[in-house]
Amino acid sequence: MPQDTSGLRESYLYDRATIRDIQRAADEGIYRIRGFGAKRALPHFDDLVFLGASISRYPLEGYRESCGTDVTIGADRAERPLHLDIPITIAGMSFGSLSANAKEALGRGASAVGTSTTTGDGGMTAEERRHSAKLIYQYLPSRYGMNPDDLRQADAIEVVIGQGAKPGGGGMLLGQKIDARVAEMRTLPTDIDQRSACRHPDWTGPDDLEIKIRELREITGWQVPVTVKVGATRTYYDTLLAVKSGADAIVVDGMQGGTGATQDCFIEHVGIPTLPAVRLAADALRELGLHRGAVKLIVSGGIRSGADVAKAIALGADAVSLGTAALIALGDNSPDYAEDYAALGSAPGFFDEWQGGRDPAGITTQDPDLTARLDPELGGKRVANYLRVLTLEAQTLARACGKSHVHNLEPEDLNALTVEAAAMARVPLAGTTWIPGGAL
Amino acid sequence: MIAIDLATTAVRDANRQLQSAADGRFEMLNPRGAHALACGLSAPLDVHVAGHVGYYCGGMNQHAAISVAGNAGVGVGENMMSGRLHVRGDASQSAGATGHGGLLVIDGNASARCGIAMKGIDIVVGGSVGHNSAFMAQAGHLVVCGDAEDGLGDSIYEAVIFVAGAVGALGADCVEKEMTADHLARLTELLAAAGLGQDPARFRRYGSARQLYNFKVDNLSAY
Repeated sequence: MPQDTSGLRESYLYDRATIRDIQRAADEGIYRIRGFGAKRALPHFDDLVFLGASISRYPLEGYRESCGTDVTIGADRAERPLHLDIPITIAGMSFGSLSANAKEALGRGASAVGTSTTTGDGGMTAEERRHSAKLIYQYLPSRYGMNPDDLRQADAIEVVIGQGAKPGGGGMLLGQKIDARVAEMRTLPTDIDQRSACRHPDWTGPDDLEIKIRELREITGWQVPVTVKVGATRTYYDTLLAVKSGADAIVVDGMQGGTGATQDCFIEHVGIPTLPAVRLAADALRELGLHRGAVKLIVSGGIRSGADVAKAIALGADAVSLGTAALIALGDNSPDYAEDYAALGSAPGFFDEWQGGRDPAGITTQDPDLTARLDPELGGKRVANYLRVLTLEAQTLARACGKSHVHNLEPEDLNALTVEAAAMARVPLAGTTWIPGGAL
Repeated sequence: MIAIDLATTAVRDANRQLQSAADGRFEMLNPRGAHALACGLSAPLDVHVAGHVGYYCGGMNQHAAISVAGNAGVGVGENMMSGRLHVRGDASQSAGATGHGGLLVIDGNASARCGIAMKGIDIVVGGSVGHNSAFMAQAGHLVVCGDAEDGLGDSIYEAVIFVAGAVGALGADCVEKEMTADHLARLTELLAAAGLGQDPARFRRYGSARQLYNFKVDNLSAY
């Protein structure tokens, strides 16, 4: 018989998850490493609402009048700018962290809707390139699998300084996920816990970064755009420095951004939420006269719906990037695998052991039996469906605000539901003209 | 020999000329410390740079033989895949960083983090190397004819280090290892390939103790 807990009072400070964390630490003597992203409650796009058209604003007809969604990156410098049909891309996730089938499915899904996907630590796989019409190559501190042939095959290059789940931290891929192919691509032995460096090995600071970007352009013949990705921390200054360094776009990943394997304390306690990060980055671009211009802003970290897409764009993003949500669309945390999750001590909706290599959905694993569960064609269709829904939702909201392109959305179209969100997004608290801290 | 005068030719134009050539001999005049010279080459060219170069000279080289008659800035030969790069003077930090293959020879000294995260490249330094050289080095060989400062081979994987002179404090998980006949033979080959008349018997070998390959609470003090 399950214990009757009715009437018992759980501590807010020491809730069951906290007690379990303390007990686990006492059992194992080492910090917890997990996947997914921040699980704590944070100010987010849910705390904003759109001000739909009214007497003073004129809406667009939902089923008749068009609302543009395209975005072009690198038009000023690259011979082949990256043109995306929708303002939603797939974020960098490594082969190694993800299965080959998962990478292929993401490429298929993104390609079906005219957008890009991104490599990750470990380099580019042939399957990924083949199934991704537009592929962004991540240039990471580890340089695992880095080679000029793959670099020249890319449609854009993303210099990764950090990610939202762990700004200032390097990567890790635990031994149980490293099969012979992953090890060979990374020039490392199998079965070891691979560390990815937190700093680039051959440059320090923005002056060096400018020279590094120029070198990458020289090697690729100035053909493709170069973007810079940072975890959201000192976002205003990072944006200024990325622009100074010659980036065609800055990718800002808020602290809700996902990870394949990171210390839990890092995920939950480092970085700032996506909400203020968008505004800070957009402020920096506006100050330079570049907003909605030569340098694009791509925002990630907790984008789940078309409403999140539209709100991020209204606050200043040109596009958004998805990681965790794309994996969920593929089948992560599916109730179809409830028994398997239970065997791992988890449940659908809670599974975050992406580092463990036993993912029942076959996404964050290299186990051949498990990876075979994910059909890349079907997965690609699911991802494409999901991206279409996000786009339709974002268009719906933009039309309601009278916008013929999603990039015409602006902060003026938003109100905040909480004081915190009003301060971070710098939009008025609903029903007032009050912006805590003041508008810039 | 085709001359490219960087006093009158932009780096972009000079690199484009080299990158589009299938073979041939080139001399780059008046480099004046320019960055990213002769990077991204992918053919068996002979390229001679007549002077000092800035950052990332010969970056990601494939197949070309590049020589620099001067000193080299940060990241010379970074991520080299194959070919040969010979610096006649000194090199700044991160020489040969993440290189996957080929041979990088530095006649003089190399600064900090020489061979950082190297992935198969062979690096031969005629002089000494700065701190944290071969940091997180994964594969390949680093030969140091002079001394090595503190932190040599910190967190090293399967790369092999040979040092003739004094070595400061070794980095985490880096230990001195036995010089086997196979290692001595490989060292002899590398010294000969570099054109350095050093006695292989003077060198000692260093590599990974492989104690930090997996996260263990027992290794807490090393983290």
